[in-house]
Amino acid sequence: MIQLERISRVYHVGDSEVHALRDVSLEIAGGEHLAIIGPSGSGKSTLMHILGCLDRPSSGSYRFGGREVGALSEEERSHLRQQEIGFVFQFFHLLPRLTAVGNVELPMLFAGVGRRERRRRATEALRAVGLEDRMEHRPDQLSGGQRQRVAIARAVVMEPSLLLADEPTGNLDRASAEEVMELLESMNREGRTLVVVTHDPEVAARARRIVRMSDGELQAEAAGDGT
Amino acid sequence: MNPLDVLRFGWGALSGHRLRTGLSVGGVAVGIAAVVALTALGEGARRYVVQEFTSLGSNLLIVIPGKVETTGTLPFGGVVHDLTVADARAIAQRLPEIVRTAPVAVATDLVQYRDRGRSVPILGTTGAYQFVRQVRVAAGRFLPPGSAQHGGSGIVLGPKVAAELFRGDNPLGKIVRVGPYRFRVIGVMAPKGRSLGFDFDDLVFIPVGTAMRIFNRSSLFRILCEVRTASDLGRAKRRVLSLLRERHRVDDVTVITQDAVLSAFSSILSALTLALVAIASVSLTVAGVGIMNVMLVSVTERRREIGLLKAVGATNGQVLVAFLTEATILSTAGGLAGLGLGLAAVRIFVHLYPGFPASPPAWSLAAALGTAVLVGTVFGVVPARRATRLDPVSALTGR
Repeated sequence: MIQLERISRVYHVGDSEVHALRDVSLEIAGGEHLAIIGPSGSGKSTLMHILGCLDRPSSGSYRFGGREVGALSEEERSHLRQQEIGFVFQFFHLLPRLTAVGNVELPMLFAGVGRRERRRRATEALRAVGLEDRMEHRPDQLSGGQRQRVAIARAVVMEPSLLLADEPTGNLDRASAEEVMELLESMNREGRTLVVVTHDPEVAARARRIVRMSDGELQAEAAGDGT
Repeated sequence: MNPLDVLRFGWGALSGHRLRTGLSVGGVAVGIAAVVALTALGEGARRYVVQEFTSLGSNLLIVIPGKVETTGTLPFGGVVHDLTVADARAIAQRLPEIVRTAPVAVATDLVQYRDRGRSVPILGTTGAYQFVRQVRVAAGRFLPPGSAQHGGSGIVLGPKVAAELFRGDNPLGKIVRVGPYRFRVIGVMAPKGRSLGFDFDDLVFIPVGTAMRIFNRSSLFRILCEVRTASDLGRAKRRVLSLLRERHRVDDVTVITQDAVLSAFSSILSALTLALVAIASVSLTVAGVGIMNVMLVSVTERRREIGLLKAVGATNGQVLVAFLTEATILSTAGGLAGLGLGLAAVRIFVHLYPGFPASPPAWSLAAALGTAVLVGTVFGVVPARRATRLDPVSALTGR
C-alpha cells in the first residue's frame, strides 16, 4: 500500500542544514499495524507528516496506493488526506467552539457532504467510540480520553484506508490510554492500516511490527507483541 | 463546500470572540452610518434648494440689463440700454410663448406709519407679479393690473412690515409714507417666508411707474417673464433676446432661466454631497484596516485550527474562502448595522428640523452596503492568504 524509497527531508535553519530524515526506505502493507518508535528529534514525526502528505520529502519517492505522491498537486494531496488518511494527534486538535459531533463533522464539511448525511455519519462514528451520550458536549466538557475518542471518530468518519496516530496516548492517563489504544486497534482489525508514532515502548510493543528510528535513520525492525 | 456551511462555519468562529467581533462590526457601522447620514444631508440641501426655486414660480425667464460676457471692443464695457416698462410690455404682447411679464424696480427706503418706521426693500412692479411669483394676498388686494405708466399711490405690505408698523391695527386704507411720498395701504400679503436668504415677508410693493419716478430710476432691476409651458423655455429665451436686440439695436441684456440657476446649484450641491461621502469613506477605510487587523490576529491565534483543517483535507482554496467569508460577515453585519444607525440618525435630524428634507438617496444606501461588503472582502484578502500559506506541519506542532 505504501512504499517509501530513500526518503530524505532537509530543513534549512539559517545557513545550516538539518537532516530530519536520511534515506528512509519503508514498505507498509494494507491492514498492517506498525509502530514507529524513537526518541524525540529522531525524525519519527517528520516521517509521519510525510506519510500523511502534510509535508513533502526533499528527495526520494513516496508511493501511496501505487500513486507517486510527489507528482500530485497541492489540491490532489488535500483530496488524498481527505479521502484516504485519518489523523490522531497527541493534543487532540479539536476545535473548542464546536461540539463533539461538530468536530467529527469537520472533514465532511470540506468534502461537501450534505448536512443531514454529515450528522448521521458523525453520530454513527461517535457511537462507535462509545460517546453517543456526549455528542453535544464541547471539548472543554470532556475528559482527555473522551477528547481523544472524539478525535478518533473524526479520523475515521471519512472511512480512510490509513490511520496515522502521533503519540495518541501521550497526554492521557493509563486507563484512558488503554481505552484509546484498544479503540485504534479495533479500527485496525476492521482493515484500516494503522501507523502509531510513539516514544513509549509499551505502546509500540502492541504493534505487530516495530521500526526504530534514531537521528533521522531507520535503525532496526522488530516484531511486536501485537497479534 | 456548501456556501451555507461556509457561512455557518465563519459565524461560529466569529461568535467565539464577541467583543472583538462587535468592535469590528461597530467600526464598519460607524463608517457606513456616516456615509448614509452625510449623503442624506447633502441630498436634503439639494432638495431644499430645488423646493425653494420651485416656490419662486416655475417656467420663469428673468431678463437682466447688461450682457454677461467680457468684451474688449467697447470702452468702459460698452453701452447698456435701459430696460424699460415698455420692454416688458412688448415682450408680453408680441411673444406668444410669454403669458405675462412683471417689470421689477427695487430700492430700499424707510416706510413710516405715524411715528414708527421700518427700512425695507421696496419693489416697484405691476399686478402681474402676483401671478408670476405665485404670491397670495391675505387681506385687501394686490397692485392693480395697471395703466400704461403703472402709476398710482397704492401700497401692498409684506406681513412682517404690516405687523411691525401697525401692531395689530388693521392697515387697510391707512396712509403710510415712503420718504416724503404718501401711499394708501391696499393690501397685506400672506406669509411666504424666507427663500434663499431673502425674506419675502419683509418688503412692500408699489406701482412700478411710481417707484421709478420717486427713486429717480431710468432702468428696471429686471423683467420676470412667465413662459406658457416649461418646454417652451428655450425657445422663449431666444425670442426674448432677439426682440430686445431689435428694440435696443444691440445685445445688451442677459436672460437666465430658473433651471439654469437650479442646475448650477444642484451640481454644486451634488459635488458637496460627493465631498461629504469622500470624507465619510475615510472612516470606512479605517474600519477596513480594523477588520484586517482583527483577521490577522485571528489567523495567528488559529494556526492550529488552520493546520487541522488542512490535515482533514481542506484545500487552500477552501481555507481562503473560509477566512474571506469571516471578514465579509464582519463587514456586512457592520454595513447593515450602519444603515440602521444612519437611517435612525437621519430620522432624529428630520424630527428636530422638520423643514429640512434630509433623506438618503436610494443609490447611497445601495452603495454604502456594497462598499461595506467590498471593504471586508478586500481587507480580508491579506489575512486569508496568510492562513492559506501556513505550513500545516508547523501550524499543527505550533513551531
